[in-house]
Amino acid sequence: MTSSQLAARLAPRDRTLALLGGEATDANLRRYLHGIPGIDAVGLEQRAADLGSRSIKTTSKKLALDTTIGLIDLTTLEGADTRGKVRSLVGKALTPDAGDPDCPRVAAVCVYGDMVPHAVEALGSAHAAGTGNGIAVAAVATAFPSGRASLAVKLADTADAVAAGADEIDMVIDRGAFLSGHYGRVFDEIVAVKEACRRQDGSHAHLKVILETGELNTYDNVRRASWLAILAGGDFIKTSTGKVAPAATLPVTLSMLEVVRDWHRLTGEKIGVKPAGGIRTSKDAIKYLVTVAETVGEEWLQPHLFRFGASSLLNDVLLQRQKMTTGHYSGPDYVTID
Amino acid sequence: MNFLDYAPAPESQAILNLRSDYGLFIDGEFVAGRGTPFQTINPATEKQIAMIANANAADVDAAVAAARRAYTGAWSRLSGSDRGKYLFRIARLVQERARELAVAESLDNGKPIKESRDVDVPLVAAWFFYYAGWADKLDHAGLGPNPASLGVAAQVIPWNFPLLMLAWKIAPALAAGNTVVLKPAETTSLTALLFAEILQQADLPPGVVNIITGAGDTGQALVNHPDVNKVAFTGSTAVGRAIARSVAGTDKKLTLELGGKAANIVFDDAPIDQAIEGVVNGIFFNQGHVCCAGSRLLVQESIHDEVIDRLKDRISTLRLGDPLDKNTDIGAINSADQLRRITELTAMGEQEGAERWSADCAIPENGFWFAPTIFTNVSTSHRIARDEIFGPVLSVLTFRTPAEAIAKANNTPYGLSAGIWSDKGSRILAVADKLRAGVIWANTFNRFDPASPFGGYKESGYGREGGRPGLAAYLKPAPYLKPAPSRPRSGTAPAASATPAAPAAPAAPAVSARKKAAK
Repeated sequence: MTSSQLAARLAPRDRTLALLGGEATDANLRRYLHGIPGIDAVGLEQRAADLGSRSIKTTSKKLALDTTIGLIDLTTLEGADTRGKVRSLVGKALTPDAGDPDCPRVAAVCVYGDMVPHAVEALGSAHAAGTGNGIAVAAVATAFPSGRASLAVKLADTADAVAAGADEIDMVIDRGAFLSGHYGRVFDEIVAVKEACRRQDGSHAHLKVILETGELNTYDNVRRASWLAILAGGDFIKTSTGKVAPAATLPVTLSMLEVVRDWHRLTGEKIGVKPAGGIRTSKDAIKYLVTVAETVGEEWLQPHLFRFGASSLLNDVLLQRQKMTTGHYSGPDYVTID
Repeated sequence: MNFLDYAPAPESQAILNLRSDYGLFIDGEFVAGRGTPFQTINPATEKQIAMIANANAADVDAAVAAARRAYTGAWSRLSGSDRGKYLFRIARLVQERARELAVAESLDNGKPIKESRDVDVPLVAAWFFYYAGWADKLDHAGLGPNPASLGVAAQVIPWNFPLLMLAWKIAPALAAGNTVVLKPAETTSLTALLFAEILQQADLPPGVVNIITGAGDTGQALVNHPDVNKVAFTGSTAVGRAIARSVAGTDKKLTLELGGKAANIVFDDAPIDQAIEGVVNGIFFNQGHVCCAGSRLLVQESIHDEVIDRLKDRISTLRLGDPLDKNTDIGAINSADQLRRITELTAMGEQEGAERWSADCAIPENGFWFAPTIFTNVSTSHRIARDEIFGPVLSVLTFRTPAEAIAKANNTPYGLSAGIWSDKGSRILAVADKLRAGVIWANTFNRFDPASPFGGYKESGYGREGGRPGLAAYLKPAPYLKPAPSRPRSGTAPAASATPAAPAAPAAPAVSARKKAAK
């Protein structure tokens, strides 16, 4: 039996252990993660730049803009967030373009854990509530954005948000542990948080694992962290919290998509990718769509496999969208702020 | 509608202002040729773009005479900084007219607009900028103080990078103080003629650059012309040989940049995704019409299957079609002749037992096209592993150890370029040291820079283009001058012995030093 057949046949945890050839210790994980081919930074960036030079015009652009809206996690993650702010955000999520009822809705709203009840309430019947139809509520958890808290606190943070009705949990990895080589600790934490995502009925909230690539610094680290997060059971890998610069970049996202492609090749399982932070224009968003479609395939351009973590992106897409219909640009006062 | 079915995004041809027929550019003017004009066609549609004049022996004579007059009368008398000003002006005009040149290049050559726009034309400007800077610094070209220009340079260039090869030839020649007669390839004269318009715009003195168009016999008449001091040729090894023969016994200086069959060596510790990109870029860039193309993939046996799988996946995403569409990755083959050659050699590959795989892409009805193709199970004795195909065809061979990789990479009559893919720096250096190739890329491929010399070993030719060696190829050491009699010195004994006192004595060391530098 080849390793890929083996990997596809086994249950996720057993599969991981089979791939590692033992328990998820620092040493076993290190051997596995450091055995993955490296990344040549110059070549990766060149490839990303090439993908960014695709010319998406006319009907393709229209499709790209609509697709982008449907992939957005509309986000507010401020210390100053209030119930009113979250209601306003939800209003925007439900009606992105007040002048166009046909405008697609965003995929989810993303808020801090304590704002989840307000988001759920404001969404009302439009709340996806784990069904896949409607708008999902994503909560950042595990002492977001730094992740500097005890495991118990992180798990409580997660369970709390899930209990309040969060459909998706955006956790942060312990970058300190990762950078000091304690891969086992990072792995165990992701496994534990995934467990905390379980609801009473046995289903579980989708887990997005934030790698905070700006702190990992090298593409090799990004690649290893991506593998680690997937091995530990993450449903999505996400670039950044948005609180650290640089946040999402095209080369970083490309390198993560390559991991997702290789994992699919190995196991047949599809993992999602979410670039977050710093994607503000339609032009940038389209570069990401091209990169996704040409790296893992266009079936990834669905909300359960690809998301943009963004706030200001939506209005730029709407302006572009209006321009495509009317033939001229309007201005920031012709789209609503949330 | 699928997202990946990108809507057409053609670059507009409106920017072009082409004439229906073009004359020869001699002595700063367009003049009619005395041979029978021929048409230049768009290889993607087979439609005529324009009629091109054909230079016969008398036209060649006129062009060389114009270049000689310009050399003695104007160009060789200009100061280096003044020559530099003209070159900077040309570089800026190339940038100003970049879009127009890119569109014309893709139209006439068949290469994708994204390559002519992002690679060819920017490099053309870079080449002129680079050598413009050299024009007043010839003392540092490595030939000692006050090196002299050669005179009239006859330059014959190929069809794969029409404008870029023109820049490689003209920029160093002019910087060094020579004048030029250049013959572009028969199928791709258009951008050279647009470049002639740029020279008029730049107010370059008449005759400093002459551009004559025509086929092989025109080129032959040019390189054989007795009043030519330097011959520079880029093209096939067969023609290069003929030129070397005809130049032998004359005092013409010669540089030849000929064919190649480069090995792209992928070790099992390579950064795999970038290696795949590099292999694809190495052979499918410009439809494989690249003399330094990585046409032999040498892959370590332990990762062969994985590499081939990934390679096929990646090649399947390449878009073949209209060269002017901004999303096209693979354009048209430049000519029916070249397509025939590629088709013949690939058929030979199948006959000899190699396994063929071609990307499943729709081939347009008109024009010349060849789907990206890879051959596996290739052995070193197969013709597809030895002959330069000059098309989008990759031959895959395997190796087990670094020593075997080096032996197989060097086992070719050519030696123009090579690529090494490995995460291990020490291995890259050790392997590069043993490869007999003029250019060796590590973890990249087909990267060009005006500061970096380019040229071959063995049947890939001799001489270097680019960088300081590229400049020196158009210079000779200062003519020997009898040194002034030394004045009586009051210096110490060692100084006196270092400078021989006898007036005739310095000649010997000085000459030998210059000879050394000239090598």
